[in-house]
Amino acid sequence: MHSNRYTLIFVFIVTVVLGTILSFTKENLREDQENNLKADVNKTILRSLGFSEEQGSSWSNEDVEKIFTSNVVGLCVDSQGNIIDNVVLEEIDIEKNIEQLPVYLRVVDGEFQGIALPVAGKGLWSTVFGYIALEPDLNTVLGIQFYKHGETPGLGGEVEKKWFTNNFIGKKIRNNKDEIIGVEVLKGKVDNSKKDSIHQVDGISGATVTSKGVTIFLKDDLKRYEAYLNKVKENGII
Amino acid sequence: MELFDSESKKIVSDPLNVNNPISLQVLGICSALAVTIRLDQAIIMTFAVIFVLCSSNVVISLLRDYIPARVRIVIMLSVIASLVSFVDEVLQAYMYNMSKQLSVFVGLIVTNCIIMGRAEAFAIKHGPSKAFLDGLGNGLGYGMIIIIVSFFRELFGSGTLTLPDGGAGYVLFQMPDWLYAAGYENIGLLVLSPGAFFILGFVIWMQREIVGLEEEE
Repeated sequence: MHSNRYTLIFVFIVTVVLGTILSFTKENLREDQENNLKADVNKTILRSLGFSEEQGSSWSNEDVEKIFTSNVVGLCVDSQGNIIDNVVLEEIDIEKNIEQLPVYLRVVDGEFQGIALPVAGKGLWSTVFGYIALEPDLNTVLGIQFYKHGETPGLGGEVEKKWFTNNFIGKKIRNNKDEIIGVEVLKGKVDNSKKDSIHQVDGISGATVTSKGVTIFLKDDLKRYEAYLNKVKENGII
Repeated sequence: MELFDSESKKIVSDPLNVNNPISLQVLGICSALAVTIRLDQAIIMTFAVIFVLCSSNVVISLLRDYIPARVRIVIMLSVIASLVSFVDEVLQAYMYNMSKQLSVFVGLIVTNCIIMGRAEAFAIKHGPSKAFLDGLGNGLGYGMIIIIVSFFRELFGSGTLTLPDGGAGYVLFQMPDWLYAAGYENIGLLVLSPGAFFILGFVIWMQREIVGLEEEE
């Protein structure tokens, strides 16, 4: 049996050594991790705006940066739709900050081709983060992508999968009175013969709570942009 | 002592058949349920577990003469938790997509009973090279079972088979459309946790049958 003093010293040393190793690892990898995170968000925006990787290849962080800076313009608006200057878009808390709303415009050769808006809200276990992009008519969904969530893989985690996100493409977010109603994630399959099917997508089986969450936050978050979207509709993107 | 004498071979091969950590020792069931929804996740998880298991066994084995018996579990846990955090950080920095796919499960390797179990049952009593082989054997034994389970769960639960690649996974096989047209449906239950229990039950049964293990009355 070791003495108490030995035990305490041993535990202390082990803790210090392990702690030091981990801090060094974290410190050395921090820059790479942050770059990955930023590239991943930009990649999500690009994908939602209809950009896609060529078959069989994937974007490196540099590719993402290059495509992003040459095709996408980011700006920040308030809830009345006025543009706010001098805001660092990456630092905005998308979930909580309702006065600073980031907007990403796909502008190629001066032509407005789409608009991506961040959406975030509660799923079952976690907050789900993503971007929804609209076509220039500001009604048709151009694409949707989710990049961060802690939902169960295979169940709620399916939100990030192609089969789910592809279903949103071409759906309408406004009803015939031009009000924003979002896109509803159903429980089960969409019945295409129904009139409302243009506002609905197939649900994820086994993930009712996540599906409901997506429906709710899509509607709420899109509504935040209503003023800005209406301005763009009248005056263009300026 | 040679690295691969018969005893060392036995240390690696036993966990693959007569002493499999999942199907015979019934350890590590929790993560076997969690990461077996898709084949690619199971494969990546296997590599992560093999790495953590081998390293933790070696570290514990090297420290075995110095660890005070009263606090050995705490020390093992710290070593394992540090290794898992290390793997998690490295994945986030260099294999971002992979780390995104595995999400919380990388962190949950800490709670995998196999790792603690092997540290306590083997590494603390044996030298580093044997401890390494024991880690390798048990990691492979664990991987073998979760890969078998995930194969059936993904194939019959989701109708696909996915292999890991840098991105969202390479779809190796997809149930043909004519099969669905003919009335075939995916078994939704297999995607849920009880589905894993059923398949795991079958695997344990089959393996015990092959190995010829009799539970003591």
